[in-house]
Amino acid sequence: MGRAKPYADIPGTIVFDGARCREGYQLNQFCLSLMKSENRERFRANERAYLDEWPMSEAHKQAVLARDYNAMIALGGNIYFISKIFATDGKSFQHAAALMTGMTQEDYAKMMLAGGRSPSGPKKGPSSG
Amino acid sequence: MAKVSAGVATSHVPAIGVALDLGKALDPYWARVFAGYEFSRRWIAAQKPDVIFLVYNDHASAFSLDIIPTFAIGCAERFEPADEGWGPRPVPTVIGAPELAWHITESLIEEEFDLTIINKMAVDHGLTVPLSLMFGQPAVWPCRIIPFAVNVVQYPPPSGARCYRLGQALRRAIESYDEPLNVQVWGTGGMSHQLQGPRAGFINTEFDTAFLDRMASAPEELAAITRLEYLREAGSEGIELIMWLIMRGALGTQVEELHRFYHVPASNTAVGHMILRDV
Repeated sequence: MGRAKPYADIPGTIVFDGARCREGYQLNQFCLSLMKSENRERFRANERAYLDEWPMSEAHKQAVLARDYNAMIALGGNIYFISKIFATDGKSFQHAAALMTGMTQEDYAKMMLAGGRSPSGPKKGPSSG
Repeated sequence: MAKVSAGVATSHVPAIGVALDLGKALDPYWARVFAGYEFSRRWIAAQKPDVIFLVYNDHASAFSLDIIPTFAIGCAERFEPADEGWGPRPVPTVIGAPELAWHITESLIEEEFDLTIINKMAVDHGLTVPLSLMFGQPAVWPCRIIPFAVNVVQYPPPSGARCYRLGQALRRAIESYDEPLNVQVWGTGGMSHQLQGPRAGFINTEFDTAFLDRMASAPEELAAITRLEYLREAGSEGIELIMWLIMRGALGTQVEELHRFYHVPASNTAVGHMILRDV
């Protein structure tokens, strides 16, 4: 039996635990390669070819090509690792955060200026009782 | 003997470093953040610490997923700023304090805190943004720095209670060092924030305020906060606050709050900052 995951019911949140680390290992190591400027150049020149150098699943590659950060996280991507992708794109954390919440960056920035996402919403998922 | 003269807590939001590096410190958005550190810059200029023991976390810069140390101490002579994907920050090289770092390492391991020892490491915004906030943009950092990296990226991180006890052992280690050094301990990261998924942008001012209120007077209560409570109440990245407890553990039971600042937002994050010292 697996270990209990009492954090699994937090809405809109995937905790980067051991299972996520295993699933996303190659994706995250690819992301880390983008810390070198010569690798950023090669990735920008031909994203698909660069991704094909890494032994990750097609789903991982498609999520990267689509810049679908929620999909990357669901497949074991870690936010600090996948941040190397939007850094390579010249985008900020706030840009990526807005994308993941389905908001425009302008609306997201306004929400933050107004104090951020309210903590009064549910802290557990609907199934947790 | 060396002495822990004060503790500093501060957020280490990367966008703060970007704002400084790009000359945006006077933009109204960022000026409100930097205003909270004006007292601190005057204060630390007068304090002249010899060494800062700087507790922070690496953000996939020095540590890949190949090796994930829970507690890692920097014993090198120097640490270069990391290229985090935007190019390295234009900040000075961080000069270490290897002799004291090794003394602390041996002392903590003998006290059963099994540290990972780092002899070569790049340091990212988690370490350099707090230095920029406190010292501005000098040509060289005005003191030596011992980087101390805590895993808060891979679940589970160490508990807050473990961090608090490590801080207490750190104080004993520093105070047993046979050189009259003025040492500050900094705890960085936090406060409430979440960078990932549909709940990104989560901020909990009530939680943060209660945390700040208890730093001086009720650290044992803070040390009892569970990982699950941080995740729920402070957001998935708010769990960085455990690093503040190493700083608090390194101070005495009776402390005074010299300065406090709280501001929402800096990018996605609630900025918290506090200076404490023993009375």
